[in-house]
Amino acid sequence: MNGNDKYASERQSIDESAGEATRLDGNAAAGILSEVFVPDLTTARATCANCGTIRPLGALFVYAHGMGMVMRCPSCDAVVLRIARTRTRLWFDLTGARVVFMATEALAVA
Amino acid sequence: MNTAPVPASSHAAKIAWRLATVTSIVAETPHVRKLVLDVPGWPGHRPGQHVDVRLTAEDGYQAQRSYSIASASQDRLALTVERLDDGEVSPYLTDVLTVGDRVELRGPIGGYFVWDVAIGGPLFLVAGGSGIVPLMAMLRHRAAALETADVRARHNVPARLLYSSRRWDDVIYRSELARLAQDDETLEIAFTFTRETPEGWTGFQRRIDRMMLAEVAWPPGERPHIFVCGPTPMVEAAATALVELQHDPALVKTERFGPTGGSA
Repeated sequence: MNGNDKYASERQSIDESAGEATRLDGNAAAGILSEVFVPDLTTARATCANCGTIRPLGALFVYAHGMGMVMRCPSCDAVVLRIARTRTRLWFDLTGARVVFMATEALAVA
Repeated sequence: MNTAPVPASSHAAKIAWRLATVTSIVAETPHVRKLVLDVPGWPGHRPGQHVDVRLTAEDGYQAQRSYSIASASQDRLALTVERLDDGEVSPYLTDVLTVGDRVELRGPIGGYFVWDVAIGGPLFLVAGGSGIVPLMAMLRHRAAALETADVRARHNVPARLLYSSRRWDDVIYRSELARLAQDDETLEIAFTFTRETPEGWTGFQRRIDRMMLAEVAWPPGERPHIFVCGPTPMVEAAATALVELQHDPALVKTERFGPTGGSA
């Protein structure tokens, strides 16, 4: 996990009890993911590093906050992917995903 | 001016922000507007995809929201926007924007919550309020794709829509849905109303629940492709119920719109 203070204040600002009524699906992350990854990552499958469940990223729960979003495993609630944007950087933390794999045709770039 | 669009594929080039020009605005319901946009170089899209719209104020403040694409790929790009009273972006799009104005948008985005006839059926769509928008793109695509197809092709991808709204006036695409169902025996539509029902209504009049889904959906053995879209609480209740009814979770795809209303 990132010990950066900026990250800590972001974690605290996510109200988990209100989060359920406002959470979104993985496809809500498709836009920001497209700023870094050219193939659409929402159809790629990730293995949750915590519980081992495999799902397309589009099927993860997304909790959006001011600086970006957190993607959580619907089975065990662990963070699979964390995205944050500052004025100068885009942060991706993929340590919650053990493997991400896609059909090779999705990797071809026009 | 749009040329015949090519459906966007998952390996298209990196999505860039573009300037779109509003070519027409149509009131679909008292709170909902259709924005038809001209986007130079628009690559086309798959039913279910969305765009991100970005507004920049004079002081440089930016607000960005995602909107589902309502049009089928062969038509001009159209978004359907519901005005949220406390919204930061939607009131501008529905009340202030006029023909000729330009907005920044990027897309098409999203390859997970998409359906086209190549994927096959049966197709079961569950909509709450403005959640009908991406599902309508699917139905419009389906109608166009099957227009010249024979009866057997239609029966290969039968479709059902369960659409929850507060009241009849809030039903988006009312007359178009009626026409689609009338022209196509392989498309069935069920409405439910959560606040007021039309005069003489004998159909459903409550929030979507497990019993209603059991009645309307295909049996799990048919392995329908299911798409649920609308406010988060409605989507979660429906998706949970569908899995409880033994539908394969991998075939139940959801697009939560967040906490905002429109259906219940």
